[in-house]
Amino acid sequence: MPNIVVLVKQVPDTYSERRLSDSDHTLDRDSADAVLDEINERAVEEALLIKEAQGGEVTVLSVGPDRATEAIRKALSMGADKAVHVSDPALHGSCVIQTSKVIAAAVGKVDGVDLVIAGNEATDGRSGAVPAILAELLGYPQLTHARKVVIEGTTIKVTRETDEGLTHLEASLPAVVSVGEKINEPRYPSFKGIMAAKKKPVETLTVADLGIDAGEVGLASATSTVVEAAPKPPRAAGQKVEDEGDGGAKIAEYLVGQKLI
Amino acid sequence: MPADRLLPDTDAEDLLKLVREIAREELAPDAAKHEEAGQFPREQFRLLGRSGLLGLPYAERWGGADLSYEVYLQVVEEIAAAWMSVGVGLSVHTMSCWALAQHGTDEQRDRFLPDMLGGDLLGAYALSETHAGSDAAALSTRARRDGAEYTVSGTKAWITHGGEADFYTTMVRTSDDGPRGISCLLVDAATPGLTAAPPERKMGLTGSTTAQVVFDGARVPADRLIGAEGDGLRFALDALNSGRLGIAACAVGLAQAALDEAVAYAKQRSQFDRAIVDFQGVEFLLADMAAAVESARATYLEAARRRDRGLPFVRQASIAKLVATDAAMKVTTDAVQVLGGAGYTRDFPVERFMREAKVTQIFEGTNQIQRVVIARQLKRS
Ligand SMILES: Cc1cc2nc3c(=O)[nH]c(=O)nc-3n(C[C@H](O)[C@H](O)[C@H](O)COP(=O)(O)OP(=O)(O)OC[C@H]3O[C@@H](n4cnc5c(N)ncnc54)[C@H](O)[C@@H]3O)c2cc1C
Repeated sequence: MPNIVVLVKQVPDTYSERRLSDSDHTLDRDSADAVLDEINERAVEEALLIKEAQGGEVTVLSVGPDRATEAIRKALSMGADKAVHVSDPALHGSCVIQTSKVIAAAVGKVDGVDLVIAGNEATDGRSGAVPAILAELLGYPQLTHARKVVIEGTTIKVTRETDEGLTHLEASLPAVVSVGEKINEPRYPSFKGIMAAKKKPVETLTVADLGIDAGEVGLASATSTVVEAAPKPPRAAGQKVEDEGDGGAKIAEYLVGQKLI
Repeated sequence: MPADRLLPDTDAEDLLKLVREIAREELAPDAAKHEEAGQFPREQFRLLGRSGLLGLPYAERWGGADLSYEVYLQVVEEIAAAWMSVGVGLSVHTMSCWALAQHGTDEQRDRFLPDMLGGDLLGAYALSETHAGSDAAALSTRARRDGAEYTVSGTKAWITHGGEADFYTTMVRTSDDGPRGISCLLVDAATPGLTAAPPERKMGLTGSTTAQVVFDGARVPADRLIGAEGDGLRFALDALNSGRLGIAACAVGLAQAALDEAVAYAKQRSQFDRAIVDFQGVEFLLADMAAAVESARATYLEAARRRDRGLPFVRQASIAKLVATDAAMKVTTDAVQVLGGAGYTRDFPVERFMREAKVTQIFEGTNQIQRVVIARQLKRS
């Protein structure tokens, strides 16, 4: 009966226009509709599948502004049991290391954790490194980029997908897993699930509650800074290849020039 | 631009958010393909069932959500805006549960309703016959009591979900006493002697099946009679009073979708070196379309609020059906006009919207029949 913590993050909806704020190059979280990151929906789904098969409890954990309660509620309405929300103005602009430290401390607040499930990377301000850093901080094995997760007793087996092929990983619990796009298809919550979610416990914590000094987190003491930001340039016009009987060769030449073949 | 709604509470806001997400991600992308192929969206109805959307306005005790009509209809509208056949199907399913939910015994409701409201069964409502459309009381499908069963023979016509449904709320003749000789049976689709004819080949709403349902000595257990013998027509017409509000909501959703397409197209299409949206002739067309959509929405919501408060709403429901479906016909026709030649081709959805709009003026009481109902109410007052 594994006790699972799922890390969830609220991100700007990829359907809406996303911006960085002019003053400090952090993500402008007010400018777009905020949603539960899709990869986190898959992480929640995986936790629920494990719970449905083996029992246990699913706790969602989110570090984010007050508004992140909406993402938390979405996860609870899908079927998670309870939530921990770390919300503190001091966290604004935190880097990946600071964020991971806060997450690690918050995981410590949940009793008897067997498994932490995260998405492999977010769709907004992202490093793709939180699961690995977190595993290091917790002293747990890390099984990242999973496309299949199997738990047998205290052993976890993961199939990892990389560009080179599939890797099979095995570790003992407790462990940190990060899941990729192919792990599953997340369910939609039901209306009853949405109503039930309102009654589920959400524990809200500040960094002080986690025993972390406010000075250790946030933009001022971050280990990385965004110095400059520019929007992605519009796509340039493609290169036209005139076919004078040697079109194939010209295309191959072009691809070799781009180091694509 | 999605409709801007004033919802009564955060529960309703959360529900509409869920519905919009499902509509945007699971319904809208498949609509054109299914409609073109005439393929019934059975899986999509299952998804609605899993999401708890197939029994919204009914009692929680039997798997519903005790939701007000004011909110339920806006759910229907959002779904119809993404895919009309699914919106209409949701409305018809909801109507097909009405007789049992309202008039069944507790024993019947405990036995049948939870799967109809909280599961993924799909219902049909079988009243019309080829010779008994507007004049439904002329129906002649016969049910003879034979011990613990009724033996049913006759043919129901134009039945939405005919051949796809899991149950048919069927109006049958149990005596020759005119309108008082009609009774209501909840018929399981697996009943031997019940078959569906090949679907009608329709002008629009091609993803939704419409078919004759043939009863040939079908044996229906007598404990599937809802209410008493002779109650059937009253139940059927009462169910239609609420069903019409569902059709009004579908019509508004369809019109909203057409308006959204028209505005988006007009902004990016340029002629005479200007976006066509800046020609006053087009502006006024779009403004009239928006006025038609929003006044139709207000009309059905007003009727729904009356229903939710237990006030008489029959006249208002008929007015809403009349106003909303006429608005949908006009708005979808004008949307084709705004898109010009593109609008007339199947590369854009508005010609389909126009074909889908037409049926809303016909089923669940033609718009002439709505006027008959409205006038009857006026004469009574
Ligand atoms: C796609 C589709 C789905 C349907 N789904 C269902 C369903 O699920 N269940 C079901 O039971 N039925 C269903 N119907 C049947 C529908 O309800 C009938 O078609 C409708 O009630 C009209 O009946 P009719 O077709 O016999 O037309 P008629 O009654 O023959 O009407 C023909 C014309 O005469 C006019 N007219 C008739 N009587 C009067 C009057 N008194 N005053 C003025 N004008 C009048 C009508 O308005 C119409 O213009 C469906 C129909 C369609 C097209």
